Amino acid sequence: MNSIVIPLVIIAGVLLALTTISAGLIWLERRLLALWQDRYGPNRVGPFGLLQVLADMIKIFSKEDWIPPFADKPVFVLAPAIIMITVFMAFTVIPFTPGIQVVDLNIGLLFFLAMSALGVYSVVLAGWASNSKYALLGGMRAAAQMVSYEVFMGLSLMGVVMLAGSFNIRDIVEAQRGLWFCIPQFPGLVIFFIAGVAETHRLPFDLPEAENELVAGFHAEYSGIKFGMFFVGEYLGMTLISALITTLFFGGWLGPVLPPVVWFLLKTFIFICLFILLRASYPRPRFDQLMALGWKVMLPAALLNLAVTGGILLAAG
Amino acid sequence: MFSLIRTAWDIFLHAFRRRVTIQYPEVKSYIPPRWRGRIILSRDPDGGERCVACYLCAAACPVDCIALQAAEDEYGRRYPAFFRINFSRCIFCGYCEEACPTYAIQLTPDYEMCEYTRQPLVYEKEDLLIDGTGKYHDYNYYKVAGLTIKDKGKGEAGNEAPPVDVRSLMP
Repeated sequence: MNSIVIPLVIIAGVLLALTTISAGLIWLERRLLALWQDRYGPNRVGPFGLLQVLADMIKIFSKEDWIPPFADKPVFVLAPAIIMITVFMAFTVIPFTPGIQVVDLNIGLLFFLAMSALGVYSVVLAGWASNSKYALLGGMRAAAQMVSYEVFMGLSLMGVVMLAGSFNIRDIVEAQRGLWFCIPQFPGLVIFFIAGVAETHRLPFDLPEAENELVAGFHAEYSGIKFGMFFVGEYLGMTLISALITTLFFGGWLGPVLPPVVWFLLKTFIFICLFILLRASYPRPRFDQLMALGWKVMLPAALLNLAVTGGILLAAG
Repeated sequence: MFSLIRTAWDIFLHAFRRRVTIQYPEVKSYIPPRWRGRIILSRDPDGGERCVACYLCAAACPVDCIALQAAEDEYGRRYPAFFRINFSRCIFCGYCEEACPTYAIQLTPDYEMCEYTRQPLVYEKEDLLIDGTGKYHDYNYYKVAGLTIKDKGKGEAGNEAPPVDVRSLMP
């Protein structure tokens, strides 16, 4: 009995918490951006403007859910669901605390990489099914960007895997009891972070949706709750990358005094804020600059990191 | 690479700067006295209407938001029978104030005139007319221009100078 109920409770709790967090991030992002731009941001609806989230939700749920007549309907409807599903699936392998984890997979890290690779389909299919120029350009850019950043995203994590000797994310966290991997794997951390920003197509790597060139890129034709799903998917992706950086490089739930879940949330929160700080700080690069950075700088750096880590581990025996 | 980190750090430090936002309904920004806001019709120091219904404001208005009808009282003095400004059209350009020969129509520093419907934005003469003189306290058009009274033309009554011939080129 317990073996069925407890996982179900965990699944429901994680789903609820994640959707709430991703909705709350809309408010957080607006407030933080405002903070760094010498403004206040939304501060009228409820205490500190917190009910802005509710107002936004009501608005986006009650908007007309319009499918353009020229769109490829089934794919158009499917695309926003894919990004939500893949991101939620990727969250299943994240250990929030020793007790709270949906599934303890031996290949947890590979599962995450697979799911984030599947997430590309959402963006590409959305761009294709919209059947409009800007959406198609956005989808093309997304495909190129995400495929090329996928490559060294995986490679940058292999150093962590070598140090921990396991693909199981729980084992990786346990292996960081002595020293967080952010110190021995600092290059891996930087590379993974940049790849993560590109994977979630957040600024400065938001070329698939570049507002001032492509209207809204791959989701230009979307409205109402379908647009909302892309939006929430983006915030969930941001949370996912932050949670993974926390678990893989900053010791996950490990930490003194405070309970594990607080440590986990605190560390994740800091990285989410860092994501938003990036958005506040940097302009968007040109697309060829983005590709050049990926293939000419990041991929060799990831390979070098892999080789050096492997060499040191071999030498140390 | 260093400059990128420096950029992010500088942006982060903006969190501790002073906010530039003015929290509007609670705090209001300074409005200069010559602000072009809600339009009023002023009176001269003796309490009479300044407007002589010359239609110059209506002619000058680029969006045609001013409508009026001239009338004459028993002394032959012109006044507007009705004077209507549609503020849902008004662009607050101030051309009417520039065109007005008697300083009657003036723009004021009031900008809070929101309504939920359009109809209340159409201001009639009684909405526009104020009791004061507006920006020009001592100006009385008829004391400057003169006035024809019974049996006497302009400048013919006692203590009166003949009117200036505005079309003359002589100094």
